Amino acid sequence: MARRQLQFDNWHLVWFKGLIYVLLILYAAVTLIPFLWALSASFKPLSEIVSGEINFFPRHFTLENYRQVFLREPLFLRWFFNSAIVAISVTASNLLFNSMAGYALARLQFRGRGFWFFLVLAVLAIPIQVTLIPTFLILKSFGWLNSYQGAIVPSMVNATFIFMMRQFFVNFPQELEEAAQLDGLNRFEIFWQIVLPLAKPALAAQAVFVFMSSWNNFLLPIVILFEPEMFTLPLGLNTFKGQYISYWNYIMAASMVFTLPALGIYAFFNRYFIEGIALSGSKK
Amino acid sequence: MAPSILVLGTFAIAPIFYALFLSFQKVQLLGGIEYQFAGWRNFARLVEDDRLGIALRNTAEYVAIVVPTQTILALILAVTLNAGIKGKNWWRIIYFLPTVTSSAVLTLIFMWIYNTDGLLNHFLAFWGLPTYNWLGDPAVALKGIMLMNIWSTAPFFMVIYLAALQDIPKSLYEAAALDGANQWEQFFCITLPLLKPVTFFVVAIGVIGTFQLFDQSYIFSGGTGGPNNATLTIVLLIYQAVFRDLQMGYAAAIAFLLAAIIISITLIQRQFLGSEKFD
Repeated sequence: MARRQLQFDNWHLVWFKGLIYVLLILYAAVTLIPFLWALSASFKPLSEIVSGEINFFPRHFTLENYRQVFLREPLFLRWFFNSAIVAISVTASNLLFNSMAGYALARLQFRGRGFWFFLVLAVLAIPIQVTLIPTFLILKSFGWLNSYQGAIVPSMVNATFIFMMRQFFVNFPQELEEAAQLDGLNRFEIFWQIVLPLAKPALAAQAVFVFMSSWNNFLLPIVILFEPEMFTLPLGLNTFKGQYISYWNYIMAASMVFTLPALGIYAFFNRYFIEGIALSGSKK
Repeated sequence: MAPSILVLGTFAIAPIFYALFLSFQKVQLLGGIEYQFAGWRNFARLVEDDRLGIALRNTAEYVAIVVPTQTILALILAVTLNAGIKGKNWWRIIYFLPTVTSSAVLTLIFMWIYNTDGLLNHFLAFWGLPTYNWLGDPAVALKGIMLMNIWSTAPFFMVIYLAALQDIPKSLYEAAALDGANQWEQFFCITLPLLKPVTFFVVAIGVIGTFQLFDQSYIFSGGTGGPNNATLTIVLLIYQAVFRDLQMGYAAAIAFLLAAIIISITLIQRQFLGSEKFD
């Protein structure tokens, strides 16, 4: 009797595992098919695309679409460059300022600390759309519309990550800093030489998040950038769509070029990325 | 700290008050900026504006369908991935792809798939299902955006659930198994209750994110919110009020309405799901 029960359990387990793998494969297909379909279109000539045939392997493989995007579309490289400048500057300044602010809120005793922390939380609660119009008007009065400063400065710090870094530093072992203080290091030296190097995982997670959201940002750029030369890639891509309405081969090639850097960074930092989400999910 | 205060002050805190000021003004943007006190007029207009009604209805429908669906899908995916399968990391990497891809790229890919002669209609026809003009038919345009966003955001919440599942002690399941609880009972009596705080977080972030729908609607409709206002959302309406109608004051009033909706839903939800960990 007991043995039969065991056999039943084994059979049950195999069946259960099988079902799980089928589910996993099905969902992987659901995830990948749109990407593969777009990737294959980027290597097809237009005639093959409009024929309506469903073939994931191009019948007439061509690099012509990529050539069009890179060589004959004068602004595409410029957009790429703009996006890179903005995303890199935004990431660098976020890493620096968010961790400094987070550290100050967690460790330093200064007047109005509670008040500043409350302000950070308040900013977290207010949706970006409320501040969008004033940001536009403020940038306009600075004469920063349609400029790199305009695209970079409003995103230089981020309340969410100040909060995340504060949580990280609150849980950080204080003994290390006290030991360093005994060794005669001042606050700045402690921060640079002891605290920051140990905060690497949190910084990496933050870097990937900030880079991705800046690289993919659509709302702020569309409000403050209006000359095609200053567009970042998402805006450029949208213009591109307007220009080449049904040239899906060009649009897909441009989309693939746009996606590649983000994918590369994601593949490289995958571990931190997941950790970062887990961190922001469980710490709140 | 000082630079952070400066930037947050200039581009986050000052704008909140500036927006409050704007919402009581009639703003003229001709060369310079001119203000004219408008009292409650901008807020009174909120009630009369038909398109705001449409935008609210679209956004509410979108939130009501997308948030539960993506939360349940994320939970199913996380539990499936956590069932002791091989190559967990690889599955996770694949599933996560849509989340790191830009909304602009995803929208373009899906617009192409949604074409009348596109991949989705071919697929539907193959199974003998009805096909639609996904981009042009007001009855299904918003559904198309919903489908796409459930697909692209569920994996993000899946990762949050996965992290939370790791924190549930194995001993609880072992004890339950000894007591004769099967896998379903274990799921409903151990996993679900212990995930409650995470579910609160996932739903709260989901609600905030879905209420702010903009990129997809904008690209989908070329900025109009069409066909026939079917993809008009609150944020798209704010954008149109600023850049098409040049009514900054009214736009600020809509933005405050949106903020009020988001904050009150989050607070109500907090009452219901009651999370002690979330602060």
